[in-house]
Amino acid sequence: MNESLGKPIDRVEGRLKVTGAATYAAEYQIKNLAYGVPVLSTITKGRVKSIDVQQAQKMPGVIGVMTSENCMMLHSPAGSDPGSGKFAEKDLLPLQNDRVLYGGQYIAVVVAETTEQAERAAALIGVTYEEQKPAVGFENHFATAYQPGSGLGGAKTQEKRGDADAAMKTAAVTTDETYTTPVYSHTAMEPHATIAEWNGEKLTVYDATQSVMGVQALLSTILGIPKENTQVYALYIGGGFGSKGFTWANTLLAPMAAKQFNRPVKIELKRQQVFSAAGRRTQTQQKIGLGAGTDGKLVSVKHDTISETSFVDEFVETAGVATPMIYSSPNVEVKHSLVRLNRGTPCPMRAPGESVGTYALEVAMDEMARKLKMDPIQFRIANHSDMDEQKKKQFSSKYLKECYLRGAESIGWNDRNPEPGQTKQGNLLVGYGMATATYPANRSASSAKATLYVDGHAEILCGTQDIGTGTYTVMTQVAADAFGLPVEKVKVKLGNSSYPKGAQSGGSQVSASVGPAIRAAALGAMSKVIKIAIADHKSPLYDKKEEDIMAGNGRIHLKDNANVGEALVDVLRRNGMDKVEAQAKTNVSTRAQQSTTAPDGSPEAKIEEESKTNAAVQADEKTERKDYVFHSFGAQFAKVLVDPDLGTIRVEKIASIMDIGTVMNLKTATNQIMGGIIFGMGMALMEETKYDPINGRIVTRDMAQYLVPVNADIPEIDVQFIGKPDPYISPIGARGIGEIGITGMAAAIANAIYNATGRRVRDLPITPDKLI
Amino acid sequence: MGDMTDYSPDESNKSKLGTTRRGFLSQLGVAGASLTLAPLLVRAAGDSQKGEDIAAAPAEITSVSLTINGKTQVLNLDSRVTLLDALREKLGLTGTKKGCDHGQCGACTVLADGRRINSCLTLAGMCEGAEIVTIEGLAKGEQLHPMQEAFLKHDGFQCGYCTPGQICSAVGLVKEGHAKTDAEIKELMSGNICRCGAYQNIVAAIKEVQNA
Ligand code: FES
Ligand code: FES
Repeated sequence: MNESLGKPIDRVEGRLKVTGAATYAAEYQIKNLAYGVPVLSTITKGRVKSIDVQQAQKMPGVIGVMTSENCMMLHSPAGSDPGSGKFAEKDLLPLQNDRVLYGGQYIAVVVAETTEQAERAAALIGVTYEEQKPAVGFENHFATAYQPGSGLGGAKTQEKRGDADAAMKTAAVTTDETYTTPVYSHTAMEPHATIAEWNGEKLTVYDATQSVMGVQALLSTILGIPKENTQVYALYIGGGFGSKGFTWANTLLAPMAAKQFNRPVKIELKRQQVFSAAGRRTQTQQKIGLGAGTDGKLVSVKHDTISETSFVDEFVETAGVATPMIYSSPNVEVKHSLVRLNRGTPCPMRAPGESVGTYALEVAMDEMARKLKMDPIQFRIANHSDMDEQKKKQFSSKYLKECYLRGAESIGWNDRNPEPGQTKQGNLLVGYGMATATYPANRSASSAKATLYVDGHAEILCGTQDIGTGTYTVMTQVAADAFGLPVEKVKVKLGNSSYPKGAQSGGSQVSASVGPAIRAAALGAMSKVIKIAIADHKSPLYDKKEEDIMAGNGRIHLKDNANVGEALVDVLRRNGMDKVEAQAKTNVSTRAQQSTTAPDGSPEAKIEEESKTNAAVQADEKTERKDYVFHSFGAQFAKVLVDPDLGTIRVEKIASIMDIGTVMNLKTATNQIMGGIIFGMGMALMEETKYDPINGRIVTRDMAQYLVPVNADIPEIDVQFIGKPDPYISPIGARGIGEIGITGMAAAIANAIYNATGRRVRDLPITPDKLI
Repeated sequence: MGDMTDYSPDESNKSKLGTTRRGFLSQLGVAGASLTLAPLLVRAAGDSQKGEDIAAAPAEITSVSLTINGKTQVLNLDSRVTLLDALREKLGLTGTKKGCDHGQCGACTVLADGRRINSCLTLAGMCEGAEIVTIEGLAKGEQLHPMQEAFLKHDGFQCGYCTPGQICSAVGLVKEGHAKTDAEIKELMSGNICRCGAYQNIVAAIKEVQNA
């Protein structure tokens, strides 16, 4: 029955994207639309003393200026789970008071008939401030570091087993180094944008978000309106990478202004505003201590991270989150602490935690391998963890050793001279490096609705979204197989908050969460059709047993005799039905605290009720999972060329071998991993948000100063998958792949640069000036 | 790594629509007298300080005859409107994307007289008489342009937001005829950023069209 899953089909929404017909948040044609242009603070800390809007108000086309003095009051957001709505800055709802807590914070919104008019007027607004001394400069505040609560998804920020300090003292070989990473910006190509339109008490919002359900829940809480009056759309999203996972002020300001001025309002951030007021990755300092015996076995691992957050919310980049699990060691200690700075609030960015964490840890591993005079791959294999030694559970499946070997083969590891600085190609130094990649396989509760129509096509509705990861496509494949239909006959609809609740696009969880729900809903609909046929005298399947019947090629038929059966549409037609529907909710979560039960009487409760008799849901939910942990693994390899005179670095080849369970679509999966790799290259070599050391404002706030990889930077990239299904995660066997591609990548490049030059740069990005 | 969409070794190929930022500003030196560009030149809108020092100059309305995807129409536009905003906000042609509005990302790339330009760096008023082709104008009815087909086949995108710009830029690149090697394609496509990182597939798509 698995006919389409795994095939590298073209993206089902691809035609819309290559013709410019896919509609992103800012692009809806709304009658009578007005344009809102935000005014941002130019100081980093203090109070707004006065806002002079007189001149602006008089400008042609200006409808009004929304400030803290005239805007609506908002209700406090409660939740912290992005799937149910997480406002990124819980203590700074926009325009609610005169406090300024970072540079580039919203202090007003000018609304006018056109963008040009609003921008002009915004430039004429006069603001006076009472300035206070801001907390600037990460390193200046380490003395104030404190222990935060839990990280994303309840991740523990302090972990310990054995006695890492004692073991370090007696270890034969030790390393103890400090690694630093700068602030990074997601720089999704589509700037955050929101259109809001009120129709009486009903609100419609078009938002660039990774969670339509989250935005719906949040708007309802913050604006104080019932959920059913809040409709959110996100059919196409121009990249997110985490920046659109939490909700930012633009999503609130648009409906606020729309209400205040009684006009539909669009707020589309300028690129500069995205840098300051729409999320970023935090800065980190990580101290890694490793202790090993002369046999190359780790005896102690210490990972101590300081990161920063704003004064308006607490976001912890859990850099050490993978450290207790990734290698075998009797003694481990992981700590995280936080300092607060007057900066915009950080948020998840592609592999929050693991991205920067694997950089530090995997460079440290390279340093230790060098001290031990061991090959870096052999060193890792010697310390391979056969189970999660912290949680004392088995991995659901793990083929990491195979990843190392295939990666070594692809990159030409045999050509690597373990002595750094020895290999030349022309006048360029050649280096090879590798690192382990890892990211948890998350799964959360999800629902979907499936409908089979009498014209022979089927439809899936699910309140998740496709942020570019291929969700539309792979979910079409999942549904097509369950219906036994070709993919052309299946239409998957996403990005609409009125659909059954699907997962948010974050934590690489959509495929693993939504896939089983869609599959179960489709199988539920098919089961109904089969039951109708069995009860129908006129059907060739009359009185047969359901378990003897299967679907395929638009038919249902006996498993052992395909000739005994009939077309799906015939069953419906004969019984006078125009469609058969089923809804399903798979209440499975790899993070225990996220399993949810809907309140009585809610639409979701109905889905839960129906799911009790859905065989696919029941089988899925009964799978014994509590003895397993779910992680993807991979091996990253890089070959670099370094100019010894100029310090310029050219990545020549990347090999990335990934163990991510079932590959649902080789084309989209490869593209996802390549995207992660390229993010990792940017992180390693060029990306850095710089702050003015005195005022604390962002200096690099455009795409000419915040550099991301361009086409000319891209090396040959070889992505390979192990392709063995995960037997426990879901009946589909696929784990998410959005994030693992970035993990380990920066370390593999940094280790290759060391191998090329003998220079160990422990401060990202590794720019030429740090090499000469 | 910046704006290179405009990089064209063939100087003779230059249309009257400059696309470099330097070119843009120098044109303003000549033509700017009649254009009201205060927010752009004085300071980025949204960075507010005391505003009295800026004269509250009224906007001018210019009448422009624009030929877009073969259709000519006369528009009365605020003289500050860029070609990009005219397409997206006035004409409902939202296929052309805005990623940075500063000539740094290439998302807004369209073809002007066959040559690729950043429409965010081009005032609509400067386009009188030019043949503008946007992503919406590449296909012939249901028949996709070969470059669109190739992007589909090679998965030259993920989120799709940079894609119209990439495709227009790629069509311009093939027409320029300079890119012979992978390295040259990559270099000449480096004004079009794809944060999703579909670069390798974009190169594969372009090669397929070149070799067809
Ligand atoms: S180059 Fe024009 S929008 Fe970025
Ligand atoms: S496809 Fe998303 S930026 Fe290129």
